[in-house]
Amino acid sequence: MKLTASKNVVALIFSFALVAGCSSTGETTGEDGMGAGSGSGSGQDQQSGGTVFGGDDGSSVSSSEMTEQQRQEAETRAQEAEAEAMRSITTFYFDFDTSEIKQEARDVLVAHARYLAANPGQNVRIEGHADERGTSEYNLALGERRANAVQRFLVVNGTSRGQTETVSYGEEKPAVMGSSESDWAQNRRVELIFD
Amino acid sequence: MKNRVNRSAGRLSLLMFVMASLFVVPATGNELLIRITEGADSAIPVSVVPFAESGQMPEGDKVSRIIQNNLQMSGEFAPLPPEQMLSLPSKGSDVYFRDWRLLGQRYVLVGQVSNSGGTLRAQYELYDVSQEKRLVGATASAPVSASRSLAHHISDRVYEAITGVEGAFSTKLAYVTLERNADGAIYRLQVSDVDGKRARVRLESDEPILSPAWSPDAKKLAYVSFETGKPAVYVHELESGNRERVADFPGLNSAPAWSEDGRSLLMTLSKDGNAEIYRMNLATRDLSRLTNHWSIDTEPSYDHTGRGFFFTSDRSGGPQIYHKASEEAEPRRITFGSRYNARPRPGPSGRYVYYVHQRDRAFHIARTNLESGAETVLTRSESDESPSVSPNGRMLIYATKSGGESVLTVIAADGGAAYSLPASRGDVREPAWSPIVR
Repeated sequence: MKLTASKNVVALIFSFALVAGCSSTGETTGEDGMGAGSGSGSGQDQQSGGTVFGGDDGSSVSSSEMTEQQRQEAETRAQEAEAEAMRSITTFYFDFDTSEIKQEARDVLVAHARYLAANPGQNVRIEGHADERGTSEYNLALGERRANAVQRFLVVNGTSRGQTETVSYGEEKPAVMGSSESDWAQNRRVELIFD
Repeated sequence: MKNRVNRSAGRLSLLMFVMASLFVVPATGNELLIRITEGADSAIPVSVVPFAESGQMPEGDKVSRIIQNNLQMSGEFAPLPPEQMLSLPSKGSDVYFRDWRLLGQRYVLVGQVSNSGGTLRAQYELYDVSQEKRLVGATASAPVSASRSLAHHISDRVYEAITGVEGAFSTKLAYVTLERNADGAIYRLQVSDVDGKRARVRLESDEPILSPAWSPDAKKLAYVSFETGKPAVYVHELESGNRERVADFPGLNSAPAWSEDGRSLLMTLSKDGNAEIYRMNLATRDLSRLTNHWSIDTEPSYDHTGRGFFFTSDRSGGPQIYHKASEEAEPRRITFGSRYNARPRPGPSGRYVYYVHQRDRAFHIARTNLESGAETVLTRSESDESPSVSPNGRMLIYATKSGGESVLTVIAADGGAAYSLPASRGDVREPAWSPIVR
């Protein structure tokens, strides 16, 4: 719980890039999105890179070690910025009549999941939508299936189910008006709404 | 309202939710205009002679004009424009059959309408031209304010005398209009005559309203409203305006369909994980789960026996129509012709089921003959949705796109004539044809 959200996110996404023994064991489970809740739970309990360095290096600080720490901190800041940029993406798109989360959405959703895991007071409303084609009631169910897929993905990656709420609007609230292929593609989506 | 779910309010009002005037607006709605887009080749030539009038007539369409429109809208008749008539008789003794034969007419309706003390009284006679025989001779009366009801009643009598099938012109349509403006959207649940007139707004909301369904006595509508921020099923008594929120479980609460006796609703709920079909006893609110599959099961509709039901399921990989002959029976797949078939609505005879059918990327209305399995595509437009069959099984209304907006179209249930009913402004969608009330 001492971890800041962004560090947690960074640790997850870039765990493979981080050197040293600074704690990416828990996070790697979450990487592929299949690590069940345990990955995230243990990740939270672990100390962050920052905390570890603060404690371990406190007594025998050498200038070169400081440089290394600064370098890592700078890297961490850059990664935090990247994670934050990732989390600015809150809309995820789907193919016609599917609820499969696309490959390019997964890293971003993992970033959201870790942020939520680190901020248990933060709730998210997951809104599922469909394009206008097909019937409105089937699309309502399809929108729900998309919202549920995203919810499951977030939970698997550490978000508590209680932080999430899903709703489907089916085809009722298109992001864009119009009936072209590209309009439809923009309307088949799940939106994360953070309050 | 927009993004928050007010759970406590939902629970408080779960049992009995009497409408606040905030939402129920018993105001005049925007009428639908009839636009004839296509005629049927086989339409029967009939002449509705303008009725003779005595006394103060109500404003708006004349009774005989409304009858003429109705017959035309059915797709089964081709009324002769009055300006082409050789004479304008108002009673049987003035009908010269030779004139009407010359004009190629098979039936002639003549009549008179009078106002005495605020009551409109119509006396009318229907003649078979070739047999020179009177088929109907009757009178009917109604308050002046109900002149359209009087015209619809006469239309029903004429229709039945000629076709042998009960007329459905006195029934109602429920539908949802959507007006988008700078502030968002206004959804209005409306009820009108089948010719689109006398539209009245029954519910207004800035959140979606979906899937209106008529109770068998045509006194109530069940529907889905998102007014609390998530879909819930409501039952709305039209005369009083009282409403109850009958289903507000976590997840989906949608696709209501009435049982024959009006005591239960089929509906789609996802409270147990994914979209499944349940029957709710409206008196006790007890639920029976009727489907059990990891796929989407939704859009239930009772069949003509009142025991079995049709529904949409994507258990085969994409949405298809299934039928359960009883609640316990195994589902039988009905549609195979394309990758997407959904929202079944059976006709009253039990011979056909109507649904939305995708072919070559376009969505049409199709029907399957349940005996032979033969499938017929009934419409040619590209974004057709929400078929609803008239209670006599002869007409079908559905929503389609025209000039970027959603309009309603009426066709003969075997294809043929088409009439579109655009709203005066905004989209109109989700039509539901009321039962015949006897």
